[in-house]
Amino acid sequence: MMEGATADPRLEPAALAREARELARTWREPEGFIGWFSRIDHKTIGVRFIVTAFCFFMLAGLLAAAMRLQLAQPRNTILGPDLYNQIFTMHGITMMFLFAVPVVLGFGIYFVPLMIGARAIAFPRLLAFAYWMFLFSGIFLYVMFLLNVGPDRGWFSYVPLAGPEYGIGKRADVWAQLVSFTETSGLSVSVCLIVTIFKLRAPGMALNRIPLFVWAELVTAFMVAASMPSVMVASGTLMMDRLVGTQFYNQAEGGDPILWQHLFWFFAHPEVYIIFLPAQGIVSMIIATFTGRPVFGYLAMVLSLVATAFIGFGVWVHHMFTTGLPQFGTSFFTAASIMIVVPSGVQIFCWIATLWSGRVRFATPLLYALGFFMVFIMGGLTGVMLAAVPLDAQVHDTFFVVAHFHYVLIGGSVFPLLGGVHYWFPKIAGRMLSERLGKIAFWPLLIGFNMTFFPQHILGLMGMPRRVYTYPVEMQWGALNLLSSLGALTMFAALTVYLVNVLVSLRRGAVATENPWGASSLEWSTSSPPPPYNFHPAPTVTGREPLWEPDVAERPVVIGLSADKRDVLVTQLMDAEPDHRKEFPEPTVWPFLTAVAVGGLYIGSIFTPWAVVWGAIPTTIGLIGWAWPRKGNQPRHLEREIAHRHRAAAEHA
Amino acid sequence: MTPKAIDVSRLPAYAFGHRSIMWWGGASLMLMEGAMFAMLIVSYIYLKGRSPEWPPGYFAPVLFWGTLNTVVLLASALPNHFAKAAAERLDLRRLQLWMCVALVFGVGFVVIRVFEFRSLNVWWDSNAYGSVVWTLLGFHTLHLVTDVLDSAVLTALLFVGPLQESHFTDASENALYWYFVVITWLPVYAFIYLAPRLA
Amino acid sequence: MPAIFQSALHPAGPQAASISHLWWLMFWTCSAVYVIVIAALLVAISRRRMDTRPSDGTLRTSVVTAAGITVVILFGLLFASVATGRAVASLGAAEALVIDITGHQWWWDVTYENPTPSLQVKTANELHIPVGRQIRIQLKSSDVIHSFWVPNLHGKMDLIPGRQNLLWLQADKPGVYRGQCAEYCGVQHANMALTVVAESSDDFERWIMAQRQPAPPPSTPEQQHGLQIVERGPCAMCHNVTGTVAGGRTAPDLTHVATRSTIAAGTAPNTRGYLAGWIADPQHMKPGAKMPSTGLSAEELQAVLAYLETLR
Ligand code: HEA
Ligand code: HEA
Ligand code: CUA
Ligand SMILES: [Cu+2]
Repeated sequence: MMEGATADPRLEPAALAREARELARTWREPEGFIGWFSRIDHKTIGVRFIVTAFCFFMLAGLLAAAMRLQLAQPRNTILGPDLYNQIFTMHGITMMFLFAVPVVLGFGIYFVPLMIGARAIAFPRLLAFAYWMFLFSGIFLYVMFLLNVGPDRGWFSYVPLAGPEYGIGKRADVWAQLVSFTETSGLSVSVCLIVTIFKLRAPGMALNRIPLFVWAELVTAFMVAASMPSVMVASGTLMMDRLVGTQFYNQAEGGDPILWQHLFWFFAHPEVYIIFLPAQGIVSMIIATFTGRPVFGYLAMVLSLVATAFIGFGVWVHHMFTTGLPQFGTSFFTAASIMIVVPSGVQIFCWIATLWSGRVRFATPLLYALGFFMVFIMGGLTGVMLAAVPLDAQVHDTFFVVAHFHYVLIGGSVFPLLGGVHYWFPKIAGRMLSERLGKIAFWPLLIGFNMTFFPQHILGLMGMPRRVYTYPVEMQWGALNLLSSLGALTMFAALTVYLVNVLVSLRRGAVATENPWGASSLEWSTSSPPPPYNFHPAPTVTGREPLWEPDVAERPVVIGLSADKRDVLVTQLMDAEPDHRKEFPEPTVWPFLTAVAVGGLYIGSIFTPWAVVWGAIPTTIGLIGWAWPRKGNQPRHLEREIAHRHRAAAEHA
Repeated sequence: MTPKAIDVSRLPAYAFGHRSIMWWGGASLMLMEGAMFAMLIVSYIYLKGRSPEWPPGYFAPVLFWGTLNTVVLLASALPNHFAKAAAERLDLRRLQLWMCVALVFGVGFVVIRVFEFRSLNVWWDSNAYGSVVWTLLGFHTLHLVTDVLDSAVLTALLFVGPLQESHFTDASENALYWYFVVITWLPVYAFIYLAPRLA
Repeated sequence: MPAIFQSALHPAGPQAASISHLWWLMFWTCSAVYVIVIAALLVAISRRRMDTRPSDGTLRTSVVTAAGITVVILFGLLFASVATGRAVASLGAAEALVIDITGHQWWWDVTYENPTPSLQVKTANELHIPVGRQIRIQLKSSDVIHSFWVPNLHGKMDLIPGRQNLLWLQADKPGVYRGQCAEYCGVQHANMALTVVAESSDDFERWIMAQRQPAPPPSTPEQQHGLQIVERGPCAMCHNVTGTVAGGRTAPDLTHVATRSTIAAGTAPNTRGYLAGWIADPQHMKPGAKMPSTGLSAEELQAVLAYLETLR
């Protein structure tokens, strides 16, 4: 490939500038009211995902504050049981389905195409559809909550509590349809990511040169594709049990409540790694940048990601240790859960080796990465304890578990994400975040976090179950709970500072250059923020750290993509040799309309099964409108192409 | 100094099979749908394992319609194959022809499906066995109907719409998806019709 | 009020003791791992001298060694876990005491099994067990999933509709141990506690003999009036008082309710004041509980209380 590289008049600066203007016209995002709903640029959609997800984070955080207020004292009466149960469920599902998963996918949507040097994401309309489904799911959930039909069966909505007999009202249906919405969205995004990473990489970016963050997103996308179907089946069958009287979970008619737990956890355990792996990818990028050297042990890192994903599908039963499954079987799941420590450990050791041998710069993103170590490792170690069946029998469903998963979720995911925002904000917004405010937010956040969740370990061992809206004075859980609530207050203050930093820097931050941190990956080779067409001319790659390679100035670029249509270079799966060009679709409002139709179908089916039938009609119309080609877009060369084919075939014969 | 360049303007504007992004999109979709079928079948096996008799309290489904449908479905692979081949040769006439034939098969299949539901001998709300059998069959029918609709729209496009090269890739992917519908039917058939007879 | 014991770290029986040993093993191992890893991290980031930068070979050796040590530690922990699992699953002691527990939204139905049906004992929300004897607890649910958990004695086990689960436990020290439902089971999951009284065999025998008796007949007119209300009023629809016509089975057995230490599954202590509050307005004390307001007049309420106090 590189041999074919030649100097070319099209690379004269004047020619390039002319072409850039034309590209800007071709790839322009539509304006106006309808235009706003028609946008399909992965950067627009990525930012929408990230911002929307963080809004839900704040909402769920406010709900957490309400819970901590109620639990601050024994026999508190700020929230009654009915409201408390809605709130903890809302907090859990908002954090898991509306914050954590969308935000890690959102970072992938924004940065994967940039990091692999692609002009766009694959299936941009599907991506837009995924965003609208996500947004509608959140609006739907919170409208229902305000109408006092917020789900209240816990984030795993166990049957029979959520079944037709005990889950009266519509609250459990809201849970089920929230899941349908968000999983439709997640599955769609995963298709876009998988195909983008497989087929749209810059020439030369062979599999062993893919940045670690992109690897993490790829593995995550596969985990989404393999695990979410399980919960779709679960929520679908639950809806059917509730709506049309099927008997999947009714033990009186041959159904079984434990089947629900298998289906749910076969999804939900992988889900926690879906949340965790991209965050590990962020940590890798940050550590490489702020030590000025590639992450040590690329292959080990990639294999660890893949191993985590594989083992992650074999441990779900560790959430069901107290259901009375046979002892031999549970020992297997203990072993698997303990095995999964090895890849996590290897990654940690590789990062420490990187820090050890690099020149560490203590910028705010790195601070968050260090916070990740402090917090996540603790959470991982309590995970090991939970994997032991007998010990789990004591602490399962207590605040010990609550502590474990906040350590891993916040330490393993939220800290890296907050660091990632600091790291990439200049690229997205074109301005730097304030380092000073960033550090001011970081320390109280770290301390407040530990204040909130460390005492919960002890509470769990002292016998405090989770999901209790109140507890008696005599239990002596009051002091630690108060400490925990004060910690939550501290976190709240710290995050408010963080938010202020973002809002202020958006307007007043120092203007960012292309590559303010001196990082090595391709997203830093284009302007901040990047143009709609990402790169011009499109880059090629000769090593793992493109911007640190010595040949950075004389590396060939890609020319010959049409500038008057949305032409994207498709490359080969393994070594990313150029293969063909693909014309990408124009912006359109149809994905939005389709999402409205599907959303109507989902919401309607809470009330009547016929909604599935009636909703199918607008959905079909939406899909047809989506796929129907625009008139006048007919490429004249198609006839030539066909004729050429026929001639070739004739010659061959 | 002017940087060197790789000129991609001569590369083709479409590709078939695993070179095309449509193929990968389709493959991802099939992975997900396949996972859903797998989870339903696992649920079936799980429920069967918990039940002392199978089918519990009802007769096994009548074989006739389901088996007829299996034959029709397998036969439909032929026009489907021709359609796919025509698409990949960019042969519009043949593609139109075979798409129409495949569509007839698809519609026939959907019609027979109605009789299949009536031959299950159990209602979805009778017990968990009935629920899982109806759901399996229903889920496959959903795929069937979607793919038939999809093919219909594509065929219509081939006749009236402005032609694009992507329509040939789409037709090729559509044919691939039909194979998927055919292949998933085999285990579904085995579990709905044969498993109750083995027990 | 006195502190109530509900702690996994204060074992009062062999099962809980084995688990707490496992806990301390885990605790110290994991603490050591944490300290070492964080120490390595701190050294890594505070190194200033770049001339002593280790080669990739050294790094590789270190990472591989660390991974190797990790694997060794994990095998150790896995072994300890499985061994503890064996130890706590003590099955099949012939002379074990068999207790059936059925979970209800939001109380515990307790039956002491006996081959002779008339010697079976039914009670609710409070267990008495003899110290030093193995107890076989058979767990069932009548509605949703609950979880039986008395941390001082053993880990938890779920009560699942359509299934029966087993839990073996034993108390070594006499004492009162509190337990609590640990699986979220609906609006009053927080108030679904139970008390376990571990006592000497003699005390236990006395207790169970007493529990086998029917309710004593009321003596004062007020108490008799109370019984009438219990029998004819709404109480008898759900509650059972052996020896009277009250034979409901959907709510806790009241035959010896006065011997129990709490009411409404640990929601409040069993004193006349709380009991009055509970009967007058259960929804105030335990919102969502399945017991409806009875609508008794003040005078009727006093009579019922007077009667209930005789149920010893
Ligand atoms: C980001 C999310 C995340 C991550 C990464 C993890 C990681 C792990 N989790 Fe956790 N987990 C959750 C999220 C997560 N978990 C959630 C949300 C729940 C609760 C759901 C609910 O009930 O609501 C849960 C619950 C949960 C349970 C069930 C508890 C119960 O309900 O009773 C168990 C049991 O085995 C478990 C185990 C583990 C293990 C072994 C790991 C391992 O992957 C951890 C591996 C990492 C380390 C161990 C640290 C780094 C390693 C080293 C430094 C090497 C040296 C280490 C040793 C020598 C030990 N988790
Ligand atoms: C990624 C996932 C995630 C995250 C980040 C969090 C974050 C937090 N969680 Fe959450 N939690 C879960 C996932 C998560 N949780 C899950 C899955 C459950 C289980 C649910 C179930 O049992 O079903 C749970 C349960 C749970 C419980 C147990 C409830 C119970 O069992 O009874 C508690 C109690 O303390 C708690 C507390 C908190 C707190 C204090 C935070 C804090 O870290 C939150 C910090 C955030 C903020 C404080 C918001 C900051 C807001 C601003 C900056 C906005 C300012 C704006 C304006 C003023 C307009 N959580
Ligand atoms: Cu019963 Cu919780
Ligand atoms: Cu898990």
